[in-house]
Amino acid sequence: MSIKCRLMQFAICILQFAICNAFLTSETSAQTTRETIAAVQPKVVKIFGAGGIKGLASHGTGFFVSKEGHIATIWSHVLDADVVGVVLSDGRRFTAKVLGAEPQLALAVLKLNNADGIEFPFFHADEAISAGSGTRVLGFSNMFNVAAGDEPVSVVHGVIAAKTTIEARRGVFDSPYSGPVFVVDGVTNNSGAAGGVLTTRDGLLLGMIGLELRNAKSNTWMNYAIPVKELSSSIGQIISGKFEQKRDPRSDDTEPSAKPRRYKPLDFGFLLVPDVVDRTPAFIDSTLPDSAAAKVGLKPDDLVLFVNDELIQSCRALQDAIGRLESGDQLRLVVRRGNELVNVEMLVPKKREKE
Amino acid sequence: MNETSIKILAVGILLTLVGPMADAARVSAADQIVREAELKRVEVINRIAPTVVAVFAKGGAGGGSGVLISKDGVALTNFHVVSGLGPFMKCGLNDGVLYDAVLVGIDPTGDVALIKMLGRDDFPIATLGDSDKLEIGDWTYVMGNPFLLATDFQPTVTYGIVSGTHRYQPPAGTWLEYTDCIQVDTSINPGNSGGPLFNSVGELVGINGRGSFEKRGRVNSGAGYAISINQIKFFHDQLKAGRVVDHATLGATVTTDSDGGVVVNGILESSDVYRRGLRSGDELVSFAGRPIHTVNQYKNILGIYPKDWMLPIVFRHEGERREIHARLRGLHAKSELMPNAPKRPQQPPPKKGKDGKPEKRPDQPLPPRPDPQAEALKKAIPEEWKSWFIAKTGYANYRFNQLEQDRVFAPLKSLGDFASATGSWRLTGQSTAGDKFELTLAVKGVGLEIRDSAFFQQLEDSDAADEPPGTGGFLIAAHQLRLLLSKGSSAFTECFYFGSEPLDGRGELVDVIVTTLSAVDSRWFFSRASGQLVGLDSRLHEDEEACSVRFDGWNDFGGRRLPATWQVRSGEKEFAILKVSKADLAGKK
Repeated sequence: MSIKCRLMQFAICILQFAICNAFLTSETSAQTTRETIAAVQPKVVKIFGAGGIKGLASHGTGFFVSKEGHIATIWSHVLDADVVGVVLSDGRRFTAKVLGAEPQLALAVLKLNNADGIEFPFFHADEAISAGSGTRVLGFSNMFNVAAGDEPVSVVHGVIAAKTTIEARRGVFDSPYSGPVFVVDGVTNNSGAAGGVLTTRDGLLLGMIGLELRNAKSNTWMNYAIPVKELSSSIGQIISGKFEQKRDPRSDDTEPSAKPRRYKPLDFGFLLVPDVVDRTPAFIDSTLPDSAAAKVGLKPDDLVLFVNDELIQSCRALQDAIGRLESGDQLRLVVRRGNELVNVEMLVPKKREKE
Repeated sequence: MNETSIKILAVGILLTLVGPMADAARVSAADQIVREAELKRVEVINRIAPTVVAVFAKGGAGGGSGVLISKDGVALTNFHVVSGLGPFMKCGLNDGVLYDAVLVGIDPTGDVALIKMLGRDDFPIATLGDSDKLEIGDWTYVMGNPFLLATDFQPTVTYGIVSGTHRYQPPAGTWLEYTDCIQVDTSINPGNSGGPLFNSVGELVGINGRGSFEKRGRVNSGAGYAISINQIKFFHDQLKAGRVVDHATLGATVTTDSDGGVVVNGILESSDVYRRGLRSGDELVSFAGRPIHTVNQYKNILGIYPKDWMLPIVFRHEGERREIHARLRGLHAKSELMPNAPKRPQQPPPKKGKDGKPEKRPDQPLPPRPDPQAEALKKAIPEEWKSWFIAKTGYANYRFNQLEQDRVFAPLKSLGDFASATGSWRLTGQSTAGDKFELTLAVKGVGLEIRDSAFFQQLEDSDAADEPPGTGGFLIAAHQLRLLLSKGSSAFTECFYFGSEPLDGRGELVDVIVTTLSAVDSRWFFSRASGQLVGLDSRLHEDEEACSVRFDGWNDFGGRRLPATWQVRSGEKEFAILKVSKADLAGKK
């Protein structure tokens, strides 16, 4: 046989292989949407707990992450109950308790009670995948508690519009979660939808639908999901009991903190009222004599409204804003004194490194 | 270079060539699929868009959407779209023409209305689909006039998937209850109300009417709801007859027991289900052929059926499984259903849920919006259409009931001249049990001799009685037949076309005429295929078991046709099957 002949044979073989390959790929993705939905829905559960007042929903969503009945869901007020109710897609009812939580990732893991010996269909959280813009997705959730009976949750469709990060900033985007997210063009995030899943059209796990998030400036709502890739190690640790909760960087503990604390109000010569609640208004408690604050005329009971044009809604927000200042910056404050607004400006003093 | 290394090289070259080529082939194949899907969508939209109606109030005070379902212009919309518009409105189609339309029938509970567009008998129409075949994930089209955008009446199209099936959306009070409805993520906005939901091949599967909004303002929030077309099919013939229709209730309340079963915990003793043996404590097994597992599911199924329909119910009584067919009661009192009574339903205060917390009510019907093109529509109703509306208490538009009565009664005339048979009618023959009988229908009384017994019902100055006892008043029922044959609808104080229902809850769909004379209510059943009278249920009193007479075959007795076989029963208890061999009708022939 001549070399030419053999080459031809090879070429044909390889072409055939390539064609077969193309076929296989298209076949695996030829799973119908109906089939995908039928496969995903048994893994998604409805959660009923605290709430039901002041516009807070008492229903939520979760998804199985183990065959023994561990459920990943959003860390929210719904779980502020001694015991939460869980309804499966086929109407079976269980109670569950919170096994562990990672508020920083907005994650909680529940375990079904009295579920010994029952096997549940579940997602392998550590097999969650990532996907880029343009990926067609499905969202599964108990939005609006429409699926109030023994019925599976609602399904919506969409496309990943962006893979990005959201920052937890008080004020404009008061997000309970900061970190990477999939942004979706469909309406996935409604009341009670948080804790639901975002999957590909083939049913592969992508993300956990987040809490509703509104832009206070434009009164628009963001639809997003937290990549389960970000959650999977915490889920695994909570299930195995080896979990140590990370500190919330937004808490007042300074170490370890993702947020800089380069300056404190005291560096400018004023003190805030004791920070007693989640959003203690940023009232000045006192100023030090001869300090920068005293020189520009700040007075006790002044309420700080803006720091360098950023809206300040709490003592913590003020500490964050001041903490971010750099040496040589100008610190511009807008304070409310009685019925008037007062503008003051101070130079940020030089500071020795590692005080 | 030896042979092997050449081979390896060749493979390398081929892989680099074939790889991208195969990718390119895949991409263009995918493009082809996308392109084909797109062309298919365009084809479907072009095909169905002409059937979509933009509804405007006369004077343009509001509006919504609708969809044509018959060539003579009958279109479906929401009750909350036409409520308050009056009997006449304007409707635009995508041919750019604005047509006059008249209200036909309304279903305030189910939020459905039927209107008739005027001026053509060749309107483009939508094909009705089977909404029970929809599955979660199926693609759907919503078409209509959101925000009343379409000044040229070209409908807006949105595309999305079915998010849930057999959903329940609670009513506002007792009105606008969406049971067994379809949930979609296809955008539904104010103005889409009353418009069609189409499946992926363009069949009409629902009428869009509400959405979950909650805190995002009155715009689509990813959850819209459509009334299933299968529910509307049950009510269609009643709506078509100009009626104000009502939904059914069982006459019993149910609850979930400790074992998770659905159990009767209260029952009206005057209800049909009670007479057929349903008791407090019995467990519901199935309703209308669908198994019942929860109270929600039961409410969901019950809600799609019309008042007065007879349906199969299976229950367990003291461990024993029983199947009955019972006639359902109405959800509302007659007075509540007056056309002017349920105007714009008010949102009731939030009900307290089981746990004492207020129930959430995020889902509201979409109200019509004011229309900027009001001026163009401020035309008076042309004189030529005025005859299309007849006001009558209890009807949305009595004109359409008259038309249906005329249609159903027409075949009776061919049975012969009974008006001239003014004397006694004597029917004789044998029952299937072998008993000879003689039924006498006289002006002053009705008598029956059978099995050596004689029964008599006086007709003047005498109360209607259950004669023969246990039949539910067969003699009175026989008298009703004589009245109908000889005098038609004028023999009764009230007579209307009801619509259609499955005969005895299990048979073919039959046309139903309801008559009232004194306290006696009769339901007359007519075959839709032959037009023939196939039976009647005559009830001496509202809360008593009716006498059911079913006819089989009509024979000629000297120039007049009368039923050949009469099956007489009351409830599940059969009295006799009478075979008439001879009929003497005194009077001229």
